[in-house]
Amino acid sequence: MNCLNYCKHIAIALGCLTLAQSKASAQTEIDGIMMEKKNLCIGPMYSHSSWTEYWEGTNKRNNENLGRVTTQMFSIMGNYGITDKLNVLFGAPYVATKASAGTLHGMEGVQDLNLWVKWMPIEKTIGKGEFSAYAIGGYSFPLTNYAADFLPLSIGLRSRNLSLRAMADYQLGWFYVTASATYIQRSNIKIDRTAYYTTEMHLTNEVDMPDAASFNFRTGYRHGDWVAEAVVDNWTTLGGFDITRNNMPFPSNEMNATRVGVNLKYEVPAIAGFSLTGGGNYVVAGRNVGQATTVYGGIFYILNFTGKKASKPSNSKQN
Amino acid sequence: MKKLIILCTAVVAAAVTIPLACSKDVKGRTDDIPALQPTKTDIDGGTWKPVLLTAANEFAVAAPIATNSPDYIAQINEIKTWQADLTSDEKAIVKYWSAGAILRWNELLRELVAKHNLPPYQNPDGTYPVPNANNPLAYPQFPFANPPFAARAYAYIAAAQYDALVAAWHYKKQYNRPAPYKVDNTLQVLVPQTDLPSYPSEDAVVVGAAVELMKLLFPGDQDYIQRKAEEHKRARIISGANVRSDIEAGEALGKAVAQKFVTRARGDRAGVAGGNQALWTQLETDCMAKGEKPWYSLEVPKRPPMLPVFGKVKTFLFDSLTAVSLRPGPPPLTGSEKMKQETNEIYDYVNNPTRERLAIVHFWADGVGTYTPPGHWDAIAAEDFIKKNYSELRWARNMALLNMSLMDAAIVCWDTKYYYFNPRPTQLDPRIKTLTGIPNFPAYISGHSTFSGAAATILAHLNPERATAYSDMAKEASLSRMYGGIHYRADCEVGLEVGNKIGGYAVDRAKTDGAGN
Repeated sequence: MNCLNYCKHIAIALGCLTLAQSKASAQTEIDGIMMEKKNLCIGPMYSHSSWTEYWEGTNKRNNENLGRVTTQMFSIMGNYGITDKLNVLFGAPYVATKASAGTLHGMEGVQDLNLWVKWMPIEKTIGKGEFSAYAIGGYSFPLTNYAADFLPLSIGLRSRNLSLRAMADYQLGWFYVTASATYIQRSNIKIDRTAYYTTEMHLTNEVDMPDAASFNFRTGYRHGDWVAEAVVDNWTTLGGFDITRNNMPFPSNEMNATRVGVNLKYEVPAIAGFSLTGGGNYVVAGRNVGQATTVYGGIFYILNFTGKKASKPSNSKQN
Repeated sequence: MKKLIILCTAVVAAAVTIPLACSKDVKGRTDDIPALQPTKTDIDGGTWKPVLLTAANEFAVAAPIATNSPDYIAQINEIKTWQADLTSDEKAIVKYWSAGAILRWNELLRELVAKHNLPPYQNPDGTYPVPNANNPLAYPQFPFANPPFAARAYAYIAAAQYDALVAAWHYKKQYNRPAPYKVDNTLQVLVPQTDLPSYPSEDAVVVGAAVELMKLLFPGDQDYIQRKAEEHKRARIISGANVRSDIEAGEALGKAVAQKFVTRARGDRAGVAGGNQALWTQLETDCMAKGEKPWYSLEVPKRPPMLPVFGKVKTFLFDSLTAVSLRPGPPPLTGSEKMKQETNEIYDYVNNPTRERLAIVHFWADGVGTYTPPGHWDAIAAEDFIKKNYSELRWARNMALLNMSLMDAAIVCWDTKYYYFNPRPTQLDPRIKTLTGIPNFPAYISGHSTFSGAAATILAHLNPERATAYSDMAKEASLSRMYGGIHYRADCEVGLEVGNKIGGYAVDRAKTDGAGN
């Protein structure tokens, strides 16, 4: 039962964007696994992400007036199979931030609702392995009126994001690789002040949020009750500007990050439909983001609405 | 495989189309405002009372060449040549600058302030470097345009532009040379026509005064400033509003008048406002000698207090004895029950933040990387003045009154802050975490409140129909500092009162400067 893989990626993405707990949460279901028709996989997730060093533009530094900046996230995530080849997914996090030093007050609140439609149009045997291809469309928007312009302690960036991901998965025996590319279109946002300076003055409360691209590559073991994988991914903001020396970050900064991480999932054999997931990742390179270390865990359960006995997910991979 | 190709094509097509389909252009509030079309020429403005000039004709402006001279006709032809082949960029600069010279240079100044309002990063040994005006491009860049620096910059430039325009109006009336389109009625004119004589050019006066003072205030941004100055002057010629000799005479006059302000600025004591270690220690020991808890910096590493001697800077609206007399009585004693209550009130605010209060905090924060509270009040004033269709001279006079109030507010406020050296709420109760950055100077009295009180008072006089709005804004700006956790109630309430009094001096001046309302 593989419903969880997508959730871990959401968590990873969320933790990464560091200075902001950016809309990386809009990174969608990102694994080569589908829920079976009329099955809902749902459960809570927790993630903990923190950093002491960050990149001010390309200049790496710490900040004794922030100390360690920590973001905790609790969310409920779900994946429902409309058909075996078409799933819808959702996630809604509660986010809390704090800084261990300095005087700034942390923020907390419900962040954005993330919705995805995941479609698997192609599934076929190529050579000795199974190949599948996916298209994933996502949309996210703020559920509350939280403040975006209080980085690095804002709980999110407020933009409404439309994302489109193309993904391919190939499994050979117990091992697999998955690669995907995503384009994220971000709406402009409104902030509480009526003027702001980027590389020039803007006499407005509206902020042009640059779009972003994301790439994700994962490989590992997927067999029986276990999935274990290594992940490398990259988030690149297509525009934006650098934080100037000793300035505060801003939502339309050029936030880039490359992360490496591992994910584990275990399906508890004794309880059908029940699984545990966990993992972690670390930002190895970045720009205008914190060098975050993130760990996460979640518990998931499959609710079967077909009236039949809870089944294995529909993916054809060894599982 | 066919399906895969279709899928890939669809993804690529969508990835290209989605961003193109949604235009995300963000317009500034003053990007598309119409050209300034003054309802009055204020033709007798040469008689208005200047700030520093001893008389409107203190600096001579030579008589203009005759409009039937070959030289003048050549200058008309220069305009015609421009207009024969206008690029979209040229049309854009005409549109931009026609909104008003004082408005646009005030906006540019706000931009430079925001760019430079960044506290220097510490040295490896935990001390802090100080920007050097003689080496402005080296880190930390000069200036650190903090609120007192900014208030002074806004005031000097506004006052110099006003004085230079008083002089310009004097010569306009005296020489009475009509605008080029009145001399040659075949000439197109791309801006609203006026009966105001065009020699010397008011736009060029504004440019000359601004550029000259900005050499002193923003010496590292000369390329940008000069580019804007050239563009502005060119826009006036392209538009047919001025011939070259109008521009040249105006710019020279603006620079000459500004020199008088530069001289004043070099001697106004702002250059030594940063103090030194001996003085910083003295402030602390003097405070302790009074039995009070002294302020200390809440930054890590501890940063020296911001401009502790700014309170000694030379004021514009009143003399130094008056400045000292405006210093309010003391805040509640740091050990008193009253202070404890005030601290608890702030703890309650930050402990129970609402989204509405947070929005107020951030709306008025005007902290690091912004144009500061004086810039915010300039923005508020400018956006109201746009609707008034003032002459450039009246624009300048009103901005000068506002900004001299703001600078004098900074001086009295800073004098008070360092006289009492009172701690911030977070220092007395470290549980108080703030919703905006804590400024690196003592609490009593609130700078925002003093600035806002002064601004609201003079603006209410200049634009009475908005008096209540200004007063409400000032109160909200003041309260925002309590909501944010960085000021006590006494700082804010007394700050507003002191600010109101300072604004009153500007009102007194406004009533007697000959401009009327």
